[in-house]
Amino acid sequence: MGLKQNLHNLKEKYKGTKMAPAFNAIHTFLYLPNETTHGGTHIKAADDLKRTMNIVIMALVPCLIFGMFNAGFQHNIAVNGNFTSGMSFFSGQFWNLENFFIGAVKILPLVLVSYGVGLLVEFIFAVIKGHEIEEGYLVTGMLVPLIVPVDIPLWMLSVAVIFGVVIGKEVFGGTGMNILNPALTIRAFLFFAYPTWISGDKVWVEGAVARDQAIVAGEKLDAISGETMLGALAQGKEVVYSIWDMFYGFIPGSVGETSTLLIILGALFLVFTKIGSWRIMLSGVLGALAMGLIFNAIADAGIIGESSKFYALMNTPFWHHLIIGGFAFGVVFMATDPVTASQTNKGKWIYGFLIGFLSILIRVFNPAYPEGVMLAILLMNVFAPTIDHYVVQGNVKKRLKRLKAKLT
Amino acid sequence: MGLFKDSNLVTDPLTDTNPVTIQVLGICSALAITAELEASIVMAIAVLFVLGAGNVVISLMRNIIPSKIRIIVQLIVVAALVIIVDLVLKAFAYQLSKTLSVFVGLIITNCIIMGRFEAFALANKPWRSFLDGIGNALGYGVILVIVGFFRELLGSGTLLGFKVLGDPIEKTGAYAYGYENNGFMLLAPMALITLGIIIWVQRSKNEALIEEN
Repeated sequence: MGLKQNLHNLKEKYKGTKMAPAFNAIHTFLYLPNETTHGGTHIKAADDLKRTMNIVIMALVPCLIFGMFNAGFQHNIAVNGNFTSGMSFFSGQFWNLENFFIGAVKILPLVLVSYGVGLLVEFIFAVIKGHEIEEGYLVTGMLVPLIVPVDIPLWMLSVAVIFGVVIGKEVFGGTGMNILNPALTIRAFLFFAYPTWISGDKVWVEGAVARDQAIVAGEKLDAISGETMLGALAQGKEVVYSIWDMFYGFIPGSVGETSTLLIILGALFLVFTKIGSWRIMLSGVLGALAMGLIFNAIADAGIIGESSKFYALMNTPFWHHLIIGGFAFGVVFMATDPVTASQTNKGKWIYGFLIGFLSILIRVFNPAYPEGVMLAILLMNVFAPTIDHYVVQGNVKKRLKRLKAKLT
Repeated sequence: MGLFKDSNLVTDPLTDTNPVTIQVLGICSALAITAELEASIVMAIAVLFVLGAGNVVISLMRNIIPSKIRIIVQLIVVAALVIIVDLVLKAFAYQLSKTLSVFVGLIITNCIIMGRFEAFALANKPWRSFLDGIGNALGYGVILVIVGFFRELLGSGTLLGFKVLGDPIEKTGAYAYGYENNGFMLLAPMALITLGIIIWVQRSKNEALIEEN
């Protein structure tokens, strides 16, 4: 008797009891269920919702693996100081097992905690409310470890996940009903609750915080650090990384967001499988470029002098904004969340464009919180229903006019 | 017996007709001053005094106030009482009055107070009005203290200024194990979310409170 049969028997045994949703969830997660998803706002085709979620997870896996290598790589170059700019993407200095193990030891617990805590909350709510387990957390659980610093304490992550799932999603009625993207709600919570653990020049490099504490305790070690591009630019520091380093992702940052190359591959995969909206991604990029160009023009015209604290970020060539910070990751994997984004095609263009536009605006004018894409997406999540409303009303008006013209 | 037959006027606002969680009044001050427990308690006492005394005064005058100018009369009464509170605070608890700053003055605009004057004191005898005022002020105070308790404990790791969780700089108590204060709790949005959670818990305990859609 195979696992499938065992699971099936368990499912039948607990049918109608309080624990039924838990067994149903395990069963349908591992094996193709006989039913398809019904209800919810993200229905697309006769697929089970879990298949949709799994495709997004597949698109995220390269970023996760890259993040593991990069965590070890950043640790090693911070300790040995042997960074050479302009490595090729397949450089052995990056892709070696030593790097991978350093990163995996740090990042796998993040993934486990994210899924463990999040699914536990979902299970508890499903049992209390007596409905099936909702699949929404499958993608959120993978996104969360990718958008936090590698050194974030696990208990903080747990607190944030509980907050994000309960306040961000369950209070609104669960998957498909949430207004805000749950993964970004979790990150925003960390951001405002524990700002020292999600900004600055320590948390992005594995072991930097622990080493600082050891130095305070009296051990003779050299402090190590690694500033994100945005953090460095906001403080007007020299950036030692080349454009190709930024594009390949050999830079400090949140676990999975550094490699623009792999994010583009993930984006193509999502667009090809018709899971992610190309309209949102494209308009997001256009919005960012537009804002970047405006800032470049302001800096070139000399309206803002070099002494201004905004100068360094404003003067950054406009297209650099696409490859530094979490912008690419946010636009590809977060802004396209079908539940919280605009639903209408015209609405998607407006929604995406404003996300890009606002991201760069927040980036430049808020040096304390350099990453703007998180706040921009959360803000536009709130406005998405309004945008849809006006797009639909506009359509209705246009058609009424056409009808009247025909009648008269 | 006569004195206690209206005791539901005091007890109801504590739970099923709570001015904050059920009537959703007085939210602004509940968000603004609950970052510290001490400020919450003082605010609760101030509102207790203003609402208890104000209800009695309005109730005594209820037959002579022309209805066209009753709002102005109510404002004068509440303003006079608030000034008393403000001066007492400045005289005996100067630091606290600085913490509360404009929010003492803003008791005048606290919707609960005008609401009780209009809805109850204008139509009831002084003793019943007094009980109603005390009850509603206590109902407001209870919520303030609960929100203030959680915000100060989780946001600053202290209660009434005592470091109950240890010292964050010296790394004693819970901080020795890597615990950190949650800065989000000190911001106003978290006060609103805390309030929302209280409302959620209360309504799930008593389903009669859930409104029809």
